[in-house]
Amino acid sequence: MNSWAALDRFLRTDPADVGCEQAMEILHVYVDLVAADADAARRYPGVAAHLAACGPCGEDFHGLLAAVTADG
Amino acid sequence: MDASQDRVAGVDDGSAEWVGALTGTGAAREAALARLHDLLVRVAVRELRRREAGAGFSGPELDDLAHQAADDAMLAILAKLGTFRGESRFTTWAYRFVVLEVSSKLGRHYWRQHPAQHLEAEGWDRLPDRLGAEPGAHAEQAELVKAVRQAVDETLTGHQRRLFVAIVLNEVPLDAMVACLGTNRNAIYKAIFDARRKIRAFLVANGYLEQQERGRRPS
Repeated sequence: MNSWAALDRFLRTDPADVGCEQAMEILHVYVDLVAADADAARRYPGVAAHLAACGPCGEDFHGLLAAVTADG
Repeated sequence: MDASQDRVAGVDDGSAEWVGALTGTGAAREAALARLHDLLVRVAVRELRRREAGAGFSGPELDDLAHQAADDAMLAILAKLGTFRGESRFTTWAYRFVVLEVSSKLGRHYWRQHPAQHLEAEGWDRLPDRLGAEPGAHAEQAELVKAVRQAVDETLTGHQRRLFVAIVLNEVPLDAMVACLGTNRNAIYKAIFDARRKIRAFLVANGYLEQQERGRRPS
């Protein structure tokens, strides 16, 4: 990817993005849906958009998913 | 969709057992507290190890941080136990607290390893690399840096500029900025979100990038 394409990707914002507060508020619900393969992103598109765009919240999502998956 | 739509009529059996034991009395409650704390420590250790490469610590310090995160998560869980409605399994709800504590503690821990003056440097020449761009023509990258720097200078507030420089140019973790400024993650994310939109609008207006559908500010 050239510099301008990379910059464009970084600067583009998703209108559906709900922000950190709302995403973290229901992260446990979202993670249980993902763990159950229940199409979480379709049910919560704003959360999915946020988790894709926000590095720290994405880390928390992967960490919580890893925790519940390891628990079985 | 509202999370309440995922609420079940009754809490699942495993979750009901947890809530019953934690709101009970005597030896059963003590046993549940100890068991939950053990689980939180285990999740915290695993999570810190998962992020270890970026955190730069291990051994006793990692164990100490894991116990601190579990202790703080435990307090928050007990304080908010009455708000658990069964939208998820109890353990998922509880683990969220400790995962968020780990993030918060890593944000504070960052400043032990990186001096505060790290915020003052402006590594503009590193911008293409920070964006994940492949090494390219020097002239193209220089033009990009010049355009973005002009956009930052002309459109961002002082606060937005400081955050952009710290997080985008200097790779300070967002949670470290939360700790540094005593604010919350959402406030910083929104500031960067707005900065991205302003920079992009400037670059579109000046012919560097193409228009996109309009994004709205996250709430």
